[in-house]
Amino acid sequence: MMNSDKINRLLIKTPEGIIFSLILAGPVTRLLAWAVDIGCIAVATIILGLLLGFLKIISVDFSSAVTALVGFIISISYAITLEWYWRGQTLGKKLLRLRVMDVQGLRLQFSQIMIRNIMRFVDSLPAFYAVGGLACFFSRRAQRLGDFAANTIVVRTPEFADPDLSQLTAGKFNSLRAHPHLCARLRQLTTPQEAAVAVRALLRRNQLLPEARIELFAAIAVHFRNVTPFPEEVTYGITDEQYIRNVVDVLFS
Amino acid sequence: MIVNLQKFLQEEEVFWKELEARLDELEKAPELKMTLDEVKRFHYLYQRTSAGLAKITTFSAEPEIRRYLESLVARAYGEVQEERDHPHRFSPLNWFFVTFPQTFRRHSLALLLSLMIIFAGCLFGGAAISVDPQAKAILLPFSHLQDSPAKRVAEEESRKEDLLKHKKMRGTAFYMTHNIQVSIFMIAMGATYGIGTVLLLFYNGVMLGAVVLDYILAGQTTFLVAWLSPHGVIEIPAVLLAGQTGLVLAGALIGWGKRIPLRTRLRKISPDIVTMIFGIALMLTWAGFIEAFVSQYHEPVIPYAVKTGFAIVEFTVLVLFLGLAGMKGKNDEQR
Repeated sequence: MMNSDKINRLLIKTPEGIIFSLILAGPVTRLLAWAVDIGCIAVATIILGLLLGFLKIISVDFSSAVTALVGFIISISYAITLEWYWRGQTLGKKLLRLRVMDVQGLRLQFSQIMIRNIMRFVDSLPAFYAVGGLACFFSRRAQRLGDFAANTIVVRTPEFADPDLSQLTAGKFNSLRAHPHLCARLRQLTTPQEAAVAVRALLRRNQLLPEARIELFAAIAVHFRNVTPFPEEVTYGITDEQYIRNVVDVLFS
Repeated sequence: MIVNLQKFLQEEEVFWKELEARLDELEKAPELKMTLDEVKRFHYLYQRTSAGLAKITTFSAEPEIRRYLESLVARAYGEVQEERDHPHRFSPLNWFFVTFPQTFRRHSLALLLSLMIIFAGCLFGGAAISVDPQAKAILLPFSHLQDSPAKRVAEEESRKEDLLKHKKMRGTAFYMTHNIQVSIFMIAMGATYGIGTVLLLFYNGVMLGAVVLDYILAGQTTFLVAWLSPHGVIEIPAVLLAGQTGLVLAGALIGWGKRIPLRTRLRKISPDIVTMIFGIALMLTWAGFIEAFVSQYHEPVIPYAVKTGFAIVEFTVLVLFLGLAGMKGKNDEQR
């Protein structure tokens, strides 16, 4: 089951009821990937043309024919072969972190790859992929005609940094735990949104400038101190950031 | 309610990393086959990560972990949920002798339509050239066809030197690549709901009809048959098949009388389109050789009877092959 929102995302609901989203690639990114691929095809054709030059020893006619055929085969099969072998990626797509996928998120079939690539003949009309570009621009799923006929989409696969889970771990000693009834009240009064703000701040703390980091944790600490005031003896001498780590420790454990 | 995030993350991270490593392996080595135990483990990891994503989405607003899990689930989903047939081993012989002719026959209605369109084009081209011989300049955009047929036949038959000497292979490559490109284009034009395919078929018919009638009216039928038929008996059917394939694609897009959704219709015909493309490419490869090595030589180099006889043999084999090959094959039964 699928839905696509106005932002370039395609939502897929799995039979298990899980919903995940795919980020659809726009026409400009795809054009850049295609330009890289055209460059690769040109380079491969030139290199093979030079390598096949030795066939002139046998016959100039034979050498020219083989070079022409090899050029034709490379131009037709470059994208088909690479997308099949690299599961939806060519060199250009790898470079720009794009991937061809089945429109339902399933594994790509060879026939889909073949059809989307032969449709380039129409998509590239009248010049510079005008038909394909326009189709991609107006399509809900950013599909060119080839994608439409082959039931494929092109998605962006940005590299996700592994979540740094250690950022969430509190210090060994948490002075707030000395007052379990206040901890319980803190959990009761804190909304998920407030908790999420605290967690995000901790996860991103190393990305902040020192001044911004101090200001941010000071503001969050003031907020949580107002939500559930703890006695001064348990908060004395700890920084705002440590206070937030203790709060998160209380909230999430 | 807030999930026990810290405990949850610490417990689940090891499974996410394992799934990520497995997916990396699969993407780096597509030929990798998992054992049954590995498949079971992979499925377990997918389900566990999916459950993790559901929890994160429901209970926590942490976007980075959610995106990370989404990317893992999206990658694993295609591997787990794919249920379409995957042939275990591709057999070129089975494909050629069974799959290709069966696919051709399965879409006989589209072939008939393709034949009718090209025939209509032939009639139009023939009529145009007989009514207005000046139309030749427009209908036949090839310089060697602009002169009178009788003059050309006289030139070809009196030629002493071999014009194609040291050019035959280049000619073969040109005929092959050009004709395959035109055929693929004709198929791809099926995406215009068949309008492009119909126009291209009709135009090819117009050119063919104009040439044929031009030579017949000039009394050069023997030359015409001997010149066109050795490669034409394969090339023209290949064009018809390309038109047929384009019309199959158009039929799936239009979906007359079919209650299945567009996406399912397209998914259903896509293997047939691929089969036809490869079949047509093979036919045009053969036709390219024959056009360069046989068709362009005339009497006295190759007697017309030999050329025509060769064409009859070719055509008979083609008809028998497309009409009868793979009649008892398994593929049709499976469908």
